[in-house]
Amino acid sequence: MKVDLQCVEDAAKELYIRALKVLPPDIKDGFTQLRRQESGATAQSLLGTMVRNITVAEATNNLLCQDTGIPIYNITIGRGVQVDGIDLEHAIRRGCTRATQDHPLRSSVVHPLTRKNEHTSCGIGVPVIHWAYCATPDLLEIEMVPKGSGSENGSFLRMAIPAEGVDAIKTFVIDSVLAAGGKTCPPTIVGVGLGGTSDLVVALAKRAATRPLGSVCADPDGATLERQLSAAVNQLGVGPQGLGGDSTAFAVHIELAATHITMNPIAVNMQCHSARRARASFTSHGVRYGF
Amino acid sequence: MTHHVLDMPASEAQVRALRINDTVTLRNTLYGIRDATQIHMFDRGRSTRLDLRGHAVIHTAPNVRKVPPSAEHPAGYAPVCIGTTTSDRMERFSRPLMEREGVRLIIGKGGLRDGSSQAFAELGGAYLAIVGGTAALETTWIERIEDVDLDDLNPESLWRFAIRDFGPLLVAMDSHGGSLYRTVQADTAGKRAQVLASLGVRA
Repeated sequence: MKVDLQCVEDAAKELYIRALKVLPPDIKDGFTQLRRQESGATAQSLLGTMVRNITVAEATNNLLCQDTGIPIYNITIGRGVQVDGIDLEHAIRRGCTRATQDHPLRSSVVHPLTRKNEHTSCGIGVPVIHWAYCATPDLLEIEMVPKGSGSENGSFLRMAIPAEGVDAIKTFVIDSVLAAGGKTCPPTIVGVGLGGTSDLVVALAKRAATRPLGSVCADPDGATLERQLSAAVNQLGVGPQGLGGDSTAFAVHIELAATHITMNPIAVNMQCHSARRARASFTSHGVRYGF
Repeated sequence: MTHHVLDMPASEAQVRALRINDTVTLRNTLYGIRDATQIHMFDRGRSTRLDLRGHAVIHTAPNVRKVPPSAEHPAGYAPVCIGTTTSDRMERFSRPLMEREGVRLIIGKGGLRDGSSQAFAELGGAYLAIVGGTAALETTWIERIEDVDLDDLNPESLWRFAIRDFGPLLVAMDSHGGSLYRTVQADTAGKRAQVLASLGVRA
């Protein structure tokens, strides 16, 4: 399958805008679950406002949240897909710029030293583009995640040591949720990366934070720990917006990788309640949009 | 728990009457302010021609569309999506906002710290919590963008919004030392040991 770069550019634009406006169904279901279990009156009212906002955004064709985030594009390339990598990157940058200027969207991206905003949502190394491969023939997938800064500032890395064991992991996750408090716009998805190197563990935490609700860690031990931590964080009482209640997180998600005999890396990255993402799947039949 | 409707600007007495867990709806005018706005105003000595005395500021940087100036869009900007950002990053600007600019109310999400609490108590101010991430709803409370200053910092300019029934907002920090965030933080810190024990973590 040969990839049409104009279609990729159009999709890169469309995905950014779609992601900002319509929450995936698993997140909407997550709100239903939390509201069923929430015992706090203030917390119930806050969750109700969040759900009302989802309806207003769809009814008014508006953005769910003002934060257009840092644009992230996750690309998965199947077998037999023909595309020039650098051309694909350029097409995504053009699409991201067009979304920002045509809609228009607030460009939330600045140079880290001069703080200059190009008003394109692009800059050095941004949009963030991740590449992966899959065995499915003739499939190109692009997932778009606008990662809001409130939750992204709730990122934590600890290079623990083997003697600290799993206790260090559990403690670090709980302490990260407490340190984040209301700043990450809870209820959140708490993404936890385990193992690998310092860079890989942070990337794993981000992948975990942006995984659909209801998905489970592929590793059985990771899945068990996910369940335990998901129940535990909602005993802390942080609650929606850090104003108290049972609904601190939709879930804790874990992604893990093998690591060195001397290492025990742990990373936490959070996704806010506006857990936005959108997906375009390119096949020989054309492009299809979803989550 | 009382509901207050404030026609902005508000007096010190009106703001001191607010207590945590009360709710507030604002009318007339609201100012938008953000990290860069305050860094430039208070760290780099810039001033604004806009008069913030007695007013409320919201921690925001809106999505806007540039349009020709008109009666509907006097500042040359149409609102697209206006929401709220995390307040904690701007903690150290609460006092100068009140002392130098005369601001009475700060609206944001996630709360502020003890330094702001002290400023609210000494100078007569309060923090009103809005539900973060609900900008589509918040935008329906904005009539128009009336004015803008320090616009070289766009989108982190100083914005003046005309508002219609902006709220209800929750009084989360008041001028009597009350802070819902401090209460929740003490409560969650108290639960930490118990939660870790339930996970089998050795003390």
